Amino acid sequence: MNAYLLPLTGGVLLGLSAMWLLLSLGRVAGISGIAWGSLAGPERGWRWLFLLGLLLGGLLTHNIIGQPVPDESAAPLWLIATSGLLVGLGTRMGGGCTSGHGVCGLGRRSPRSMVATLTFMTLGVITVFIMQSFMGVAA
Amino acid sequence: MKAWPALISGVLFGLGLTLSGMSDPAKVLGFLNITGAWIPDLIFVMGGAVVVTLLITPLVTAREAPLVASAFSLPGKQLLDRRLIGGAVLFGIGWGLSGYCPGPALVSLLYGYESTLVFCLAMFAGMALEGRLSSWFASS
Repeated sequence: MNAYLLPLTGGVLLGLSAMWLLLSLGRVAGISGIAWGSLAGPERGWRWLFLLGLLLGGLLTHNIIGQPVPDESAAPLWLIATSGLLVGLGTRMGGGCTSGHGVCGLGRRSPRSMVATLTFMTLGVITVFIMQSFMGVAA
Repeated sequence: MKAWPALISGVLFGLGLTLSGMSDPAKVLGFLNITGAWIPDLIFVMGGAVVVTLLITPLVTAREAPLVASAFSLPGKQLLDRRLIGGAVLFGIGWGLSGYCPGPALVSLLYGYESTLVFCLAMFAGMALEGRLSSWFASS
């Protein structure tokens, strides 16, 4: 099987998920927004159902379809915690993450989402480059 | 508001993230590592997703209303501002440090790894902190 068939299929499913949420509830499938809104927002019901579904989808992949579970990150916990803190801060400040700006925003041809996506992709690349080059952390 | 369609959407999203390899931080870091042993998988994930949303979004938003809600809730902001850029910069750095963004991190809670739990707790702390910082800056 072509090595890129699964990534492509997964990507199409992500797109279809976002389009179904837009068509049915009129909402943007931005995970950082849904996650924060499930704790802090009004209308928590649909957000909890979405997150429950997210976990069910993962169970389907690994327990029914049988795709192996990925290995745990080898990064030390302090680095993981720093990463999580920055991701939480940044996604709320910038109003979205890979899904809200990347998948949904680009689909809406939103200039804000295009700028945000280019920015976080570039910073991701630079960060990995610095980690590899100067700190010897293997990706 | 009826909420059940969100469950279907969540299942599709969870399937997409795990089937595509996005829930594997090593693959994500491999994709961002363009000067090293580059792993191109995520081009196909993002490409597949964005082709679908580019084609279908205009058809959906041309409707007067969604199927089971009274109106579309779309972001209304158009202008670029410092919050958008600053937020994307911080998010990109955080993403590059671990290879986790919010969706993959949340679905990875299934795997029962200590690192994904730590990541998610820190992410929620970061989100809460952002609210505090914003209101502090707004009032000072």
